[in-house]
Amino acid sequence: MASNGREIVFAGTDGGAVTTLDDYVARGGFKQLKKARKLAPQEVTEQVTQADLRGRGGAAFPTGRKWSFLPSKEQVPKPHYLVVNADESEPGSFKDREIMERVPFRFLEGCLIAAHAIEATHVYVYIRGEYDRPFEVLRDALEQMHAENGLLGGVTIVLHRGAGAYICGEETALLESLEGERGQPRTKPPFPAIAGLYASPTAVNNVESIATVVPILELGAAEYAEIGVENSTGTRVFSLSGTVVNGGNYELESGTTLRHLIYELGGGIPNGRQLKAICPGGLSAPLLSGDQVDTGLDIPSLTAAGSAIGSAGVIVLDDRCCIVEYALRASRFYEHESCGKCTPCRVGTRWLSQLLQALEDGRGTHADLDLLLDVCDRVNGKCLCPLGDSDALVVASCFEKFGDEFRAHVEQGGCPFPDSPLDDVLAPVVMHERHRMHRELEVVA
Amino acid sequence: MKALQDEIRELVPLYADRRSAVLPALHLAQHAHGGWLPEAALEEVAEALDVTPAYCLSIASFYDMLNLEPVGRTVVEVCTNISCAINGAQQVLEAFEEELGVRAGETSEDGEVTLGTIECAGGCGWATVIAVNHRQRVGVQPDDVRAIVEELRGGE
Repeated sequence: MASNGREIVFAGTDGGAVTTLDDYVARGGFKQLKKARKLAPQEVTEQVTQADLRGRGGAAFPTGRKWSFLPSKEQVPKPHYLVVNADESEPGSFKDREIMERVPFRFLEGCLIAAHAIEATHVYVYIRGEYDRPFEVLRDALEQMHAENGLLGGVTIVLHRGAGAYICGEETALLESLEGERGQPRTKPPFPAIAGLYASPTAVNNVESIATVVPILELGAAEYAEIGVENSTGTRVFSLSGTVVNGGNYELESGTTLRHLIYELGGGIPNGRQLKAICPGGLSAPLLSGDQVDTGLDIPSLTAAGSAIGSAGVIVLDDRCCIVEYALRASRFYEHESCGKCTPCRVGTRWLSQLLQALEDGRGTHADLDLLLDVCDRVNGKCLCPLGDSDALVVASCFEKFGDEFRAHVEQGGCPFPDSPLDDVLAPVVMHERHRMHRELEVVA
Repeated sequence: MKALQDEIRELVPLYADRRSAVLPALHLAQHAHGGWLPEAALEEVAEALDVTPAYCLSIASFYDMLNLEPVGRTVVEVCTNISCAINGAQQVLEAFEEELGVRAGETSEDGEVTLGTIECAGGCGWATVIAVNHRQRVGVQPDDVRAIVEELRGGE
């Protein structure tokens, strides 16, 4: 999808894709890699730090700082690894797939530059198993690069496919999965920079972060840092979905308002409906109410608004949507994807789903509302990784912004939004239970 | 299944530890065994990588895309996460249930088709996203379902 903003990640694509090596080189491709290889690794890291690149996967950690945490080869004589997190599974987020499909060589050039910066000879791209097309595009691009002498510079890039587990987007779960284990998060410390893949120093970076390294070297750190806003430099690829006319990806300068994205670029809310709520950063970002539509899409503004930029997936909800149903569908997702390792998440996500379902079914009481918030409190901050926390934060933010709706479910004995499109949606976790019930009935018969 | 095991062993040098090859190997084995992993498949992977079949089972049981029960020749999956649901994923799913004559989570009696739901498929802006034999299609509306099912039947 074409973007109307300033294009840095998608620069030179004219709305299309650059999938042949010749084409990419003709547009100046791999010049930055040559430049980077003439610099000392620390100098490359320094430029990324000066550009103030923040991780695009969700946590917004400064990329240059992350790289600087890796010990030197003299300090720790082990191989260094670059692991790219292409396990994009956050509901509402679908930017990395388009980056891999449309600018595969910019992404792969970024991999090689990053590998140089952290002195790695092996790069593992962990790509979610459902992404058929992005995988094929990257595989074809890599084949073309193999045929070009010296381009890879002794670096091996391996495409490693996941197999359907949201939790593998968490960096230590991803490393476990990549080592051939069940994808369950590790305790930290040690952090991956010290003991990551195969207990060796490892940098784990998101696809968009890596692709952005190329234009940072091209523009120079100072010029790149001028784009966007302070503490949230550059552009972001925003994924727009939900009740909006033109869903899709839009690369925009950080700081652009939600209003501009939703109404100017996204064409507004269809069928004359009103805006009710916005999830600004992928499902795990706390919900904003519709009157916060003038908030800037950047790290400081969204944090101040009580949410987060996360993975920049913007989900728009119109006035038909029931917020209890939104919280319920979200909670069922986390329940399904919980890896089961730690109790607050494994049990808490299920409790939240059951309490929200009771509200929907008209079985909820005012005491259940207290219990709901109590469960959120008992989950948040008590898990090994952010999965359980996310469920608690999303549910709590829904209650904070739309508490009246929760109370109305109790007082009216059920859902006051008969036209909500989120009504009675069959989530995988519900399907499993329905299937089990069906089987038991068969046995009885 | 010599060919499968040779293919699996080729994966090993890509990693510092052969266990890293288990997940890609299970993908290959599932493909070679008609879309699921019977015990024989787990044993083949185990033998090729010098791990136990139980180890392979513990990995396979963790991941949604690896099936431990038989599936139909055609597998249709509908994303019902929030952005797709808001745009009518439930109606798309029900249209498939009607056209295919199976309920979500089930395989047709003739073993031809399995229908299921999946969590976010990563195409939220182009709802509804479905996957047919793990090939994604986007922008599917309930009205499109009849033609899709006819196409699947025609392709047999």
